Amino acid sequence: MEPLDGNAIAGLLLDVFGAEMTNATGICANCGATGKVAELEVYLRAPGTVVRCRGCAAALMVFVTVREITCVDLRGLAQLVND
Amino acid sequence: MKTIIVDVPDWPGHRAGQHLDVRLTAEDGYRAERQYSIASAPEEPVAITVERLDDGEVSPYLVDELRPGDGFELRGPVGGYFVWGREDGGPLLLVAGGSGIVPLRAILRHRRNTEGGAAVRLLYSSRSLDDVIYRAELDDPGDGVDVVHTLTRRQPPGWTGFARRFDATFLRELAWPREDDPLAFVCGPTSFVETVATALVGLGYRPERVKTERFGATGGR
Repeated sequence: MEPLDGNAIAGLLLDVFGAEMTNATGICANCGATGKVAELEVYLRAPGTVVRCRGCAAALMVFVTVREITCVDLRGLAQLVND
Repeated sequence: MKTIIVDVPDWPGHRAGQHLDVRLTAEDGYRAERQYSIASAPEEPVAITVERLDDGEVSPYLVDELRPGDGFELRGPVGGYFVWGREDGGPLLLVAGGSGIVPLRAILRHRRNTEGGAAVRLLYSSRSLDDVIYRAELDDPGDGVDVVHTLTRRQPPGWTGFARRFDATFLRELAWPREDDPLAFVCGPTSFVETVATALVGLGYRPERVKTERFGATGGR
């Protein structure tokens, strides 16, 4: 399956963070790569939504929605800055 | 292919290049959600252009069954990265693969509506002439806009346009030179976007001035 990019989850991120996040900058906790959320690799059809680093493919963010509740795992991010 | 005008109560206004999420809920509670680029400029009524996918969960409903006056649930406008406003300037290089033209059309219309806009070169790759979306509109794009079509799979008799894919060599011929410090928007299927964006950066475009948006083969956008 070809990944999309962070633009595809702008709506999901808006729901989770309450703000527009595709222009935010994330830093990968694994390799240190810095990138706009819009440019990260996004897999929509995994069990849940998985966001990966374009440099090292580490999972940066995982979102799983069950019965209206969205579980958010951001452990792959060293930092997420929304200027 | 169908363009749907959406009357959204309390629409906060959108920026050219943003999208919205359409959510359909079946009687048994099953939900499907897809992203569609907004096809209209901020000054115009909200519209989306939907390509009907035979195995789709949302697009067959929107194209075949939706009637004027029907309602559906949506979220938007969303996205703040793949957007253009007059203050962003140019010159603009817009590169579309297939239905990736939709958000770029919103940018083109916004530029025209707000006058005196940046010079634009639109490079648009389609499989065949029948697959070209907004064909008549793009034949008359307005002053300062160059439109270059390439038909990669099938060309009609007498076609004098291009039939090559946008690769590094092709882009070197067609794209603004890097000395102009162009602002590029690239939208299309993932592999298309990767090829074009990599080539543009290779030509010396500043990476932060190459905005990308990738569409899947399934779903909207």
